[in-house]
Amino acid sequence: MNIYVLLKKTFDTEEKINVSNGEIEDDGAEFIINPYDEYAVEEAINQRDAHGGEVTVVTVGDEDSEKQLRTALAMGADKAVLINTEDDLEEGDAFTTAKILEAYFEDKEADLILGGNVAIDEASGQVGPRLAEYLGIPYVTTITDLKIEGENVTIEKDVEGDVEIVETSLPLLVTCQQGLNEPRYPSLPGIMKAKKKPLEELEIDDLDLDEDDVAAKTKTIDIFLPPEKEAGRVLEGDASEQVQELVSILKNDEKVL
Amino acid sequence: MNFELTKEQRMIKKMVRDFAEDSIRPKAIQIDKEARFPVEIFEQMAELGLMGIPFPEEYGGSDGDTLSYALAVEEIGRVCGSTGLSYAAAVSLGASPIYYFGTEEQKQKYLTPLANGKALGSFGLTEPNAGSDAGGTKTTAVEDGADYIINGEKCFITNASFAETIIVTAVTGKQSNGKNIISAIIVPADSEGLTITSNYDKMGVRGSDTAEIILDNVRVPKENLLGDPEKGFKQFLYTLDGGRISIAALGLGIAQASLEKALDYAKERKQFGKSISSFQAVQFKLADMSMEVELARNMVHKAAWLKDQDKPFSKEAAYAKLYATETAFRAANQAIQIHGGYGYMREYEVERYLRDAKLLEIGEGTSEIQRLVIARQLGC
Repeated sequence: MNIYVLLKKTFDTEEKINVSNGEIEDDGAEFIINPYDEYAVEEAINQRDAHGGEVTVVTVGDEDSEKQLRTALAMGADKAVLINTEDDLEEGDAFTTAKILEAYFEDKEADLILGGNVAIDEASGQVGPRLAEYLGIPYVTTITDLKIEGENVTIEKDVEGDVEIVETSLPLLVTCQQGLNEPRYPSLPGIMKAKKKPLEELEIDDLDLDEDDVAAKTKTIDIFLPPEKEAGRVLEGDASEQVQELVSILKNDEKVL
Repeated sequence: MNFELTKEQRMIKKMVRDFAEDSIRPKAIQIDKEARFPVEIFEQMAELGLMGIPFPEEYGGSDGDTLSYALAVEEIGRVCGSTGLSYAAAVSLGASPIYYFGTEEQKQKYLTPLANGKALGSFGLTEPNAGSDAGGTKTTAVEDGADYIINGEKCFITNASFAETIIVTAVTGKQSNGKNIISAIIVPADSEGLTITSNYDKMGVRGSDTAEIILDNVRVPKENLLGDPEKGFKQFLYTLDGGRISIAALGLGIAQASLEKALDYAKERKQFGKSISSFQAVQFKLADMSMEVELARNMVHKAAWLKDQDKPFSKEAAYAKLYATETAFRAANQAIQIHGGYGYMREYEVERYLRDAKLLEIGEGTSEIQRLVIARQLGC
């Protein structure tokens, strides 16, 4: 089975993030594999181990994305592809990434493509579904279980806390939700072996794409951090007075009622 | 000159940190309180290939280098000194001598299970009357046909209660100048006549197993002799040089943890209407801690690098061990001071760092012995 994983490098949101002039500062930020993509890598490895085949991890990013690809290789993926847009594109959005991936997949015979449900940075959740549309294959998002028998696939999908069971067939694109599996740590032998695994680097030129073909369809107006949490207020008086005051705050100050 | 870690080294550091944060940190207080050897953590570490970092794949190892191993020890020591000490001892003292000095057959038989983490190894050097004076070893191994018969007593032996093999040092004869010949012999822990007891109630690294070993007519085949029979003493000095890098890395981990705890607390804690981190008295402590941690790290990395380059590293390993462990003690002590009364409480962990750090100034050569090693290298 030809299994592909779409992987994105993201900021580690557990580390401190600084924003200046509407941009996240790269210096000092920690980068990680998007956590939802880790579920995709893990699932891809498990499916390969069960059904045979090969796992290729693909990312659209920059030179530094090699680190995340190597980590996926160390977890057990077989090959990695870095589509480096550093020199060609100023900015991109979900459209850009999906278009580039469409071109990449044009001559590939993918049986299964896995991605994260969303990336934790911009959280559009669009790249996977867009790519499936372009490739003309079915897709299921936010999956929490994946069973493949021959061409037939049974999926459990998270729908706001409930489970929907979907039957479909290969080739297929899925996006992975928390609960699908427990991503492994890359083991020491895995890390050492990853050195020798193939990592192919492409530019959009290699995919016969121009900058204009993939120009972003959206424009980022501003990026800002959420307001700092303020100290709580303790209401005073007896219960009925407190309720009165609370309702008044919700109505007049917070304007949520 | 390049101070950057390689990609693999960075990945190893991150993996071990993630593992330590998720799987060891939540248990660290309990491990200390109950003085419990965390067997399950060692099983997980084996699965991740951590037990065999500096050994080649053909012996079940992970094919990493000394620097990668030092990074792993630092990250584990950063969350739990007990686990860190048992880890460092298992690799540097239990397994390494077999890798350095073993025959091909000994490596296949004894190193492989240690490197792939199926078993733990121990190093029995210290005796009740032979501590810093390792030459004063009283344990004897007498040839008897195809065997050695070993008699003696070892104390303060890390991991021995959980070990499958113990490398024991023993007097096997006399040199022409009348000095004892000390050899190292691999002794399976289930040998008849071998008694291991673990009754020590320790100040720190309480979760790391420390045992006493009594050898009463223990019979092992002569082929278990490790390395050159005439050079046993030199061999364990070399082993201890390597071990010092790992103890230094452990000290570095504790020092780093002390700095992080102290800094976080100082920023949070408000007195006189301000964070105490805005007071110079506290700032100066934090600045010193941070500087010393970085200096210790540079020394640990340099000693590991020298070893990886097959260059002499004895003096640098002693520098690293001496400086990093004393830094750990100072940093832990200052971390408690910055925490004030809270720092004295187990819940805040910094008091444990101090208790754990104290051992590092004693084990695998006291600070004083490190100074002697350095002085000797200076030609004194």
